[in-house]
Amino acid sequence: MNGEKVVEPLSFEKSAPGRKGLPWPVCDVPFVPVEKQIPANLLRKEPAKLPELSEPQVVRHFTRLSHLNFSIDTNFYPLGSCTMKHNPKVNDRIVQIPDFAGLHPLRPHELSQGILEILYEVERWLSEICGMDAFTLQPSAGAQGELTGILVARAYHEHRGEKRPVVLIPDSAHGTNPASVALAGLTAVTVKSTADGQVDLDDLLKKLTKDVALVMMTIPSTLGLFEPRIQDIAKKIHDAGALLYMDGANLNALVGLVRPGDLGVDVLHVNLHKTFATPHGGGGPGAGPVGVKKALEPFLPVPRVALENGVYRRKFDRATTIGRVHGFQGNVGVLIRAYAYMRLQGAEGLREISENAILAANYLKAKLTPLFPKMPAGACMHEVVVSGEGAFGPGVRTLDVAKRLLDYGYYAPTIYFPLIVPESLMIEPTENETKETLDAFVETLRTIVSESKATPDLVKTAPHSTPVRRLDEVKAAREPRLRYRPQL
Amino acid sequence: MFIPHTDEQKKDMLATIGVARFDDLIGALPANLVRPRLNLPGSMSEMELVRHMEELASRDHLAQSYLGAGAYEHFVPTAVWALALRGEFATAYTPYQAEASQGTLQSIFEFQSLVCELFKMDVANASMYDGASAAAEACLVAAKHTGRNEILVPETVHPQTLRVIQTYLAHSGARVTSVPCPNGVLEPAFLQKSLGPDTAALLIQTPNFFGCLETHVKELSDLIHGAGGLLIAATYPVALGLVAPPGEYGADIAVAEGQSLGLPLAYGGPYLGLFACKEGLLRKMPGRVVGQTLDADGKRAFVLTLQAREQHIRREKATSNICTNQALCALAATIYLSLVGKNGFKELAALNFQKAHYAAGALAQRGFPLVFPHPFFNEFVVRCPVSAERIVKRLSEKRVLAGLPLAAHFPKRAEELLVCVTEIKTKADIDQFGDLLAEAAR
Repeated sequence: MNGEKVVEPLSFEKSAPGRKGLPWPVCDVPFVPVEKQIPANLLRKEPAKLPELSEPQVVRHFTRLSHLNFSIDTNFYPLGSCTMKHNPKVNDRIVQIPDFAGLHPLRPHELSQGILEILYEVERWLSEICGMDAFTLQPSAGAQGELTGILVARAYHEHRGEKRPVVLIPDSAHGTNPASVALAGLTAVTVKSTADGQVDLDDLLKKLTKDVALVMMTIPSTLGLFEPRIQDIAKKIHDAGALLYMDGANLNALVGLVRPGDLGVDVLHVNLHKTFATPHGGGGPGAGPVGVKKALEPFLPVPRVALENGVYRRKFDRATTIGRVHGFQGNVGVLIRAYAYMRLQGAEGLREISENAILAANYLKAKLTPLFPKMPAGACMHEVVVSGEGAFGPGVRTLDVAKRLLDYGYYAPTIYFPLIVPESLMIEPTENETKETLDAFVETLRTIVSESKATPDLVKTAPHSTPVRRLDEVKAAREPRLRYRPQL
Repeated sequence: MFIPHTDEQKKDMLATIGVARFDDLIGALPANLVRPRLNLPGSMSEMELVRHMEELASRDHLAQSYLGAGAYEHFVPTAVWALALRGEFATAYTPYQAEASQGTLQSIFEFQSLVCELFKMDVANASMYDGASAAAEACLVAAKHTGRNEILVPETVHPQTLRVIQTYLAHSGARVTSVPCPNGVLEPAFLQKSLGPDTAALLIQTPNFFGCLETHVKELSDLIHGAGGLLIAATYPVALGLVAPPGEYGADIAVAEGQSLGLPLAYGGPYLGLFACKEGLLRKMPGRVVGQTLDADGKRAFVLTLQAREQHIRREKATSNICTNQALCALAATIYLSLVGKNGFKELAALNFQKAHYAAGALAQRGFPLVFPHPFFNEFVVRCPVSAERIVKRLSEKRVLAGLPLAAHFPKRAEELLVCVTEIKTKADIDQFGDLLAEAAR
């Protein structure tokens, strides 16, 4: 943020008829009259009303818009479960190498050996890190990875002649879990959590019937806790003939420390944009590769990359595949960034990242304990969830505190998730933040807690320093204005 | 290198936490499984990494390409990624805190507006994963909206899009029925035979997989609507500078692969799914939407809206499971379209049309005539004097991509080659390509 307080007009509002931002070359081939080739009813009647701007106007417009954003490059971004870590700048350079940027997805394999090697290695390394036997790189995001993983598990059961229509999901899970289950034509059944945020084992066992295809668990949990009984739970799931799915959103706590496959996980997705430091892009593109144990491999989407006699190929021949989930090979640009990140770190570097993410979260937890009386004892993993209940002044809610943090130059933590903690704030510092930043953040929270008691209105009307203040979200939903229209 | 703590600081931090050593923090992990030996290569310095990546990239160096088939080589103006990769855009999260995310939110609002203009549709979302997933989700919307279960997909739709649709529909209760198109476009008579009381939608693609413009769009639209179904139109955005947009012939949902709007080919992704529909389908539309509203001071501001349709509120009842989409790609497309502008977009389409039509003539002269008699935009099928795969193989030895042999998807079309020519090719490039093809056929 450059302290911009002025709202930026829409590009359409800066347009002037006849202005141009990009000249095209003069056409150097003999002219063919369009109307002789295409009948009039198939031609566009009126040109699309795109804005008409010069290049400097476009540059200034989007640069100014960029100033209106908080980002990991500009602010501490302690957004829980989202792993807002540093995105190495070298990756931007790598993906723009013309021989990567210009790769057509339908190239014959003889002309794709470099990129196929990268994809092959990403699959192999993710398998090694996660303790799985195979990966598909095709899903474009975590949620699409979930759908893929569920479809693969469903195909596995059906191939064995079993009909298992139910998926068990803890009530603390991400909302995408049940949505993906529904899209895969299965039924989500909720499993309760205990007061300390672990899955309620009694409830799980009661619901673990022969109708259950999958149990979807986030490991570590959305409370930032590792389930110490996980191997035992996995065994009970397997004994019931079901599979254990791991939502990999919190993998940044485990890399190099423990392999999900070793814990008994059968299927998982990995959010490359979290753990493997590809930029979140304001909401994508991400990538959600799915890893499986051997028995599930035949059902993965095609094409897969294979290495045969020193030559990389894309293989389509797999009768049991669930099909495709992407028009081509997936978000390859994101996969290249993840490859580069893994090469920069090596095995040891990846483990140090997890260890330092855990260290930072526990440090924050220790420092925040006096401010948040309901804080549970004991160590957390890479994020800490606190309850704002009883911590703030009269009528001040967690939402207000989150907005007040924006005034102090911090993006807000995740709030009101997981749903099982009242007035929750979920804080994930990642391995990148200095001790100085963490200390300053704690001091800021202390200040805001004081403000909430001394001057509650100041907090309740925050933010005060951002380009716009609290938005009328009800108006936005009741009178949807979803596009620019002149005269409005 | 991305961890800032000194050894001294780590000690202080552990002391503040109140533990003696780091391992006291991970006591919940099974001790016998902690810190496995990972068979991964050692770490690299940034300098070594850049050299290694440049070497890998150089292995795939290419001279020229005439391959399209759903992914297109277009000129990307330098400003597009110089702006989109600014850290404030690239390293921001989904704009949940609107006050600290107006840059991303406004750019998405502009994106939605541009997509509506291109397609001539009422509303658009903040993007889908790619063109194929946009088409698949459109089919789900149509089935839900009509309460019917059959989606008609002509053979002229990209086979890989069809494959994604089949995966998405596999357990929805809806099914895909293929409609034959022996002449390269969907004939109304063939559609008529396929329509039934359970038909939820017809999905057409124009220009289609063979590069042909679907010539009967208005009749097809009337037929499907007459039968109580929806029309889903998939299109190629650059063509919309010249050819009729989906809204002009009555489409209910319009989708497209947006890669051609400023995104690199990048071996298939990240790409950009465009999705727009008529007002009446708004609340069934998948994906995020940004709306305009006012802030506490009455200033215009933008916010994620209509979230009641989404997975984090409706969970298993959500309209779709998509949340993260392709926001940065949508931003790049927004910058691209703002830079190209109203007239530039028309000129771009005209350049594509002219170059491709010159190329079709030049190839015909050299013994590679057009296969289909239909109008086309910048992509077309030619008949080769020998097997198309052989031609492609010969040219790839010269590091030239001649196009896509149709046999990969249509085994009976072994001599047919799908060729694409965009604005980046010069007359000299095209003439040389024609000569290379003629030589390869000998």
